[in-house]
Amino acid sequence: MTAVRLADVQKTFPIPSGGETVALEAIELEIGTREFVSLIGPSGCGKSTLLRVVGDLIQPTAGSVEVNGKPAHQARLDRDYGMVFQAPVLFDWRTVEGNVRLPLEVMGFAPSERDRRVREMLDLVELGGFRSHYPHQLSGGMQQRVAIARALAFQPPILLMDEPFGALDEMTRERLNTELLRIWAQTGTTIIFVTHSIPEAVFLSTRVVSMSPRPGRITSVIEIDLPQPRTDQTRESERYFELVTEVRESLRGRVSSSAARARAEGRIG
Amino acid sequence: MKARGGRILRTALGIGLFLVLVALAWEAFKFLGGDPWRLEGIGFFHDPPFRVLQANDRQLPHLWEIASALAQPVQRNQDQTLGQFLIGAALFTWREALIGFVLGALIGLALASIFIHSRLLERAFVPYVIASQTIPIVALAPIIVVGFGRGLVAVVIIATYLTFFPVTIAAMRGLSSPDPRAVELMRSYAASRWEIYRKVRLPAAVPYLFTALKLAATASIVGAIIGEGPGGVPEGLGRAIINFNQQYVSGPEKLWATIFIAGLVGICFFLVIQLAEVVTLRGRGGSASRA
Repeated sequence: MTAVRLADVQKTFPIPSGGETVALEAIELEIGTREFVSLIGPSGCGKSTLLRVVGDLIQPTAGSVEVNGKPAHQARLDRDYGMVFQAPVLFDWRTVEGNVRLPLEVMGFAPSERDRRVREMLDLVELGGFRSHYPHQLSGGMQQRVAIARALAFQPPILLMDEPFGALDEMTRERLNTELLRIWAQTGTTIIFVTHSIPEAVFLSTRVVSMSPRPGRITSVIEIDLPQPRTDQTRESERYFELVTEVRESLRGRVSSSAARARAEGRIG
Repeated sequence: MKARGGRILRTALGIGLFLVLVALAWEAFKFLGGDPWRLEGIGFFHDPPFRVLQANDRQLPHLWEIASALAQPVQRNQDQTLGQFLIGAALFTWREALIGFVLGALIGLALASIFIHSRLLERAFVPYVIASQTIPIVALAPIIVVGFGRGLVAVVIIATYLTFFPVTIAAMRGLSSPDPRAVELMRSYAASRWEIYRKVRLPAAVPYLFTALKLAATASIVGAIIGEGPGGVPEGLGRAIINFNQQYVSGPEKLWATIFIAGLVGICFFLVIQLAEVVTLRGRGGSASRA
């Protein structure tokens, strides 16, 4: 089944000095249900914009975005999305429990159901013992786990993650990667994951979509055929290194050709 | 928690320490430049080396003269002491100020809530909100009294007028303080504007509001005191200040005592708001220690 279908999506932003920048151009992408797709590329390639277009937080200038067989806007109203950002964006006046409960309050879940889900989600991210803590009392990694629990509390079919582990140290990031895969397997959520890190993208994904900047477009889609479930051994396997190299080359290919074009343009100018 | 509870205590101690320093400076000034004085009981006599106009007994009475005036009758042939009278007047003024404070805070919050949701209304009206504060209240007070008649209503309006401004400005800042991603998050839940306001903007604005409410608390007292004159309300500190001002030559201690009591009311109001702040922001990291 198709979870997300993007057809010829384009997004331009007006720039203050006049004119416009093309943030996304001719984006064609289909993401199947229960897939884990990473968007990777250099800064400014439009991967976060693409994520927000899928989540109906930004309207595309042209093209169509279909989510679970309906327009993205309807999907948002139907509460099909969970979101996790690079910063945990926790509310400092709410406890850990209160933060995870927030979407359930907004969506009108019954109090007993809220409590049950909050408990379940905190157990899922292994923070059961911290329910009454305030965010500032937790480490960065723990805060991000709270954000994940909050995003999953209402069991959204699609989880949109914008560099969720970008601000964490390498050890914490690897541990949370493994944890995220376990959660993904347990919940059956479709995940779209924006990242800067090639190893992270390869380790997590079923497919890696590499993008290039100005205008933001998809340059290649690489199938990641590493066996599931993935473990620390996966990170040491030969196939893993091959795929990391493949993704790196797909990105570098882009970088070198754009450099060549810039040089060519320089000569003309 | 301990540190926060201690904050009130530290503020109170700080105020106390400051008062002691002011008292010392006050009496030192009189010791050097005031009128000669003697203590009858022990035959102590002091003749200051200098004569400074501002330090004589009429300009600057001894602190103990002011303190003992509190225990003497407010007028000759009356049972009520000055202290009793002033405490009654202070409570009366505080009540007026409190009503103005509550109204001003509600109006300020309401205006800010409208402005942050409408750029058009913000552009149209915020300049007038700011301009309103450049009109001196002494010019405005008689107009308000003419419009609403002499009495409590006019005084409350004046207190409200001085209160709403800091609350409006701080609430606008606080209501727009949440991380844009927090708003995106709420939108991804298909939350309405009202839910975003209630669950994200308003709680995020609370620390900002308390900063403004502390300013507004003292401003509302000033507003009430000033308003009592033209408002023709005789029971409060404002009228007491006017009366004792007229009797200054015969009894300067009375005016000074009234000024101290007025200051005390302001400090008490401030501390009440600060206590509410500490209780409300308990548990929040970072923001609780702000302002």
